[in-house]
Amino acid sequence: MSGKVVTISSGKGGVGKTTATANLGISLASLGKKVVVIDADIGLRNLDVIMGLENRIVYDLVDIVEGRSKLRQAMIKHKKFDDLFLIPAAQTRDKMAVSPADMVKLTDELREEFDYVLIDSPAGIERGFRNALEPADEVLIVTNPEVSAVRDADRIIGLIEAADKGPGKLIINRLKADMVKKGEMLSSEDVFDILGLTIIGIIPEDELVLSASNSGVPVTLNMQSKAGMAFNNVARRVIGEDVPFMNLDDSPGILQRLVGLLNGR
Amino acid sequence: MHEELVAIKGVNDGLLISLSTTESWQSVTDQLAARIDEKAQFYAGANITVELGERPVPKYELSSLKALLERRGLTLSLVRSESDTTRNSAVSLDVPTDNHVAPKAPDPAPLETAPVNPEEKGTQGVLFRRTLRSGRTIHSEGHVIVFGDVNPGAKVIAVGDIVVWGKLRGYVHAGVGGDESAIVCALEMSPSQLRIAEYVVTSPAGKRRKIKPEVALVRDNQIIVESRE
Repeated sequence: MSGKVVTISSGKGGVGKTTATANLGISLASLGKKVVVIDADIGLRNLDVIMGLENRIVYDLVDIVEGRSKLRQAMIKHKKFDDLFLIPAAQTRDKMAVSPADMVKLTDELREEFDYVLIDSPAGIERGFRNALEPADEVLIVTNPEVSAVRDADRIIGLIEAADKGPGKLIINRLKADMVKKGEMLSSEDVFDILGLTIIGIIPEDELVLSASNSGVPVTLNMQSKAGMAFNNVARRVIGEDVPFMNLDDSPGILQRLVGLLNGR
Repeated sequence: MHEELVAIKGVNDGLLISLSTTESWQSVTDQLAARIDEKAQFYAGANITVELGERPVPKYELSSLKALLERRGLTLSLVRSESDTTRNSAVSLDVPTDNHVAPKAPDPAPLETAPVNPEEKGTQGVLFRRTLRSGRTIHSEGHVIVFGDVNPGAKVIAVGDIVVWGKLRGYVHAGVGGDESAIVCALEMSPSQLRIAEYVVTSPAGKRRKIKPEVALVRDNQIIVESRE
């Protein structure tokens, strides 16, 4: 069996790459897939924190590449899912410690055993991004519905196309339906109009994401969360299911209904 | 002897470098480097067209040539070659290419009897067949055609005209070098900045005009935009 390498990238920092990677990893595992997530952000690791596995790190990506650790030893099993593993980034080194060829070699080994290898790419367009891009079969680009994030996503997509990995698929993160309605935020249509990429997920803004990240229990595990459900839908689309996009616009509807009730209608 | 290996001459707003097709690649590139270094100040920042004739140049050689030029602040903007190998190398390095050969001594007889209208002879151009995304730039000594969008943050710079078969939202400069008859046209005209020769305009902010094909040109010392429906 040969697994698929999916790189999660963005260009701009802080748009939710790591959150997306953690949640996709968990969703895919909950769908019964064997998954390994790799934190390629060497020097600025935090995928382990978001997944709640920080205190279990013994070896990291650089240890594997430089031969101090066997692949198996560095892989950390998730607390809830037996088929979900994390390969953490080194905290003390920088991106130059790993080369694109190292990543290809590593992922080729992992493909043998796993259905999905997810790579959390660092922000930027330099070596770290090249490391994450080189082994990718598919690239998911995370962006926020704002002009600067879309601009950087566009830049990244250009580089992905130039590397023949393209064009990739788009995850629009932190969309606020009410702001879009008022014309204060780019809509998913606006983003598509500029980038021209297939949208594989639209994640609504959700406070639960932040508290989930802080507590190390990704939001996908919270059935109350709309963002969690949206990430789950992305995972199902990644494995090839045809999942309709959810309606993100119902909260004002509920409010209006309440107002309607109060008015005695 | 020296002049045989490398010939450098000025064309439009750049330089045309012709390299010997027979001498060893090493000696040709060494001499090119030496020639540029002699007049580093003069050449700095120029756009380079390299003419390689029928010599097949593999990707690694072309990429080292590109690097050699870039280290000296020069941009390799066009590769002219009669060899498919060379043209493939150029394509894989994202360098525009054509198979145009420097005009050899023309056959005088037909010229005298039937003078060719320069417009029919055609002008050099670059065709880019996908969306030009943020951070990418196309320079051309001739015209540029983009079959796709020009996104915000992308640049197209041409001595001649610019045709965008798609949405134009980036920066375009036609008629670089002062040709005020140059035009820019697009299916959706909303460039972040549009220049023709020395004139500059930006798109009106906020207004969502009806989307239609438009042409920008210079008339009465300013850039105007006309619709073509």
